Amino acid sequence: MQNMNLYSRGDRLFVRANMVLIGLFTLSTLYPFIYIAAVSFSSGFAARAGRVVLSPVDVTVAAYARVLSEPQFWNSYGNTFIYTIGGTITSLIIIIPGAYALSRPQLLGRRFWNLMVAFTMWFHAGMIPFWLNIRDLGLLDTYFGIIIAFACNAFNIILLRNFFESIPSSFEEAARMDGANEFQVLWKVFVPLSKPAIATITLFCVVSRWNGFFWAMVLLTDEGKIPLQVYLRQTIATLSDDEEFSSTLIDAPYSVETVTAAIIVCSIIPVLCFYPFAQKYFNKGILLGGVKE
Amino acid sequence: MTDLPASSAGSTTGVGETATHAAAKPMRERLVWLIDHFKREWQIYVMLAPMIIWFLLFLYKPMYGLQIAFKDYSIFWGIVESPWVGWEHFETLFNNSQFIRAVKNTVIISALSLIFGFPVPIILALMFNEILHALYRRTCQTIVYLPHFISTVIIAGIVITAFSPSAGIVNTFIGWIGIEPVYFLTKPEWFRPIFIGSGIWQEAGFSSIIFLAAIAGVNPSLYESAVVDGASRWQMMWKITIPSIMPTIIIMLIIRIGNLMEVGFELIILLYQPATYQTADVINTFIYRQGLQSGQYDLAAAAGLFNAVVAFVLVMTANSISKRVSRTSLW
Repeated sequence: MQNMNLYSRGDRLFVRANMVLIGLFTLSTLYPFIYIAAVSFSSGFAARAGRVVLSPVDVTVAAYARVLSEPQFWNSYGNTFIYTIGGTITSLIIIIPGAYALSRPQLLGRRFWNLMVAFTMWFHAGMIPFWLNIRDLGLLDTYFGIIIAFACNAFNIILLRNFFESIPSSFEEAARMDGANEFQVLWKVFVPLSKPAIATITLFCVVSRWNGFFWAMVLLTDEGKIPLQVYLRQTIATLSDDEEFSSTLIDAPYSVETVTAAIIVCSIIPVLCFYPFAQKYFNKGILLGGVKE
Repeated sequence: MTDLPASSAGSTTGVGETATHAAAKPMRERLVWLIDHFKREWQIYVMLAPMIIWFLLFLYKPMYGLQIAFKDYSIFWGIVESPWVGWEHFETLFNNSQFIRAVKNTVIISALSLIFGFPVPIILALMFNEILHALYRRTCQTIVYLPHFISTVIIAGIVITAFSPSAGIVNTFIGWIGIEPVYFLTKPEWFRPIFIGSGIWQEAGFSSIIFLAAIAGVNPSLYESAVVDGASRWQMMWKITIPSIMPTIIIMLIIRIGNLMEVGFELIILLYQPATYQTADVINTFIYRQGLQSGQYDLAAAAGLFNAVVAFVLVMTANSISKRVSRTSLW
């Protein structure tokens, strides 16, 4: 459609109206972010009074000063990095060889193993048995528990397996001639050829780890181990309930709203840095994911 | 175990021949074949093992633990030793007005999200397709995909801030047209619009990718001949683009219906409060409160089992329908 000429006046009108509508939708997607950023740089008093609309009012960095001076903020920020990096690496170490094995024709019981993985997409024991299991395994309140318990998911495995299966066997023959074993074939032939698929599942892992909050909230009680998202939730909950905090706010330069907004901004920044790299892959990834099973 | 060697028949040449023979030959030879196979191919089993162990330990073991749905679970006795009580928990659940309400809310919230949320990414994809300015299009896409990558907690933080009674921007806006501030998040009638609206805001852009891909796959010669016939862009959209992506639309719709029991309960946990339970409480939030907050593990596990079985039936039905649809619509 790109290079088509616009013949009629109706077409031109249609295209323009469409551009305006898309622009409006885009702005309404963007607006909450701008609003939050504006609140985070406003004075607590202005934010409380609802005077912040588009740009900061009574510009101040008091909210950031408060957030960044909190040791618990830095601690949970660090934990998020540990869970994201540790979790993603663990996932890849288990998923890549596993998906490769599932794609091999000589694997005995191949259909059974594939079904065993796929079945978990359709049926899940649920929150309570999962939680009891983690408890019984002694993994409550541990870094290792959070990292290992969410390492695999059927969707990513099937996505990668399908990709491996689509690679023609002629690629591995040369390596086999040279006497390469399975690990070498995987590492030297399949992994380099599967970069887009591996990048895609890496992206999925990183995003779900960075954003993961529910299970971290449920499985971790030790304040020292919670990730940023749980910390953010606690801050919102405690600050809004804390009468004392609200009453000191009359003269404090920050408020519940500005502190919350400042934490939100701090937590979005790494996502924004990662986003341009991710963008290259998620179009492909969605399409790879589209041909599941 | 008996058909194991046969199942690998027709794989790699040498192995295949041995396998077909092995099926007809006595135990001993089959064993020899197996030992030989594992000697040669042990590496792929080493690769498979960690993943299978992970699945057994973290997904299948909890399925075994599901038996507490039929037991009077006590921490002292543990999962296996606790006494059986049959369907008692299910009877309790279906006599519990809160649970019934949670089931209703799950279906209602899901259905409303589907009705209001499903068309948006399709419309977006169609509109993006009509944008001829490449840079403008790319910029807009980059922005509307972004909320998908934002955590639920942040979404909730934004919603709570924006809808706050004194400070929130929404109340500032409605104040301009002379309406008194509303504490939206304590109003049951506002919960669903806010929840569904934030869902659309977060996911509509990203979900349009799949439809854009379908549009990209439409045969360009269709448009070329339409242009020769003097069709307008509006006509081409209705007569060519939409019919061409209809199979994708139908399949996505079926998948969504199959996932009816899945409501984004994480966002609900963050946004709801006792004042809004009547419209906000869904099965998973009910399970969370009864099980993890009140410690009634057996009752909550029963609710979870009910949810999982209904979801399983829906997904299976959706899968088989979508297979039939995609096969017929391809030809």
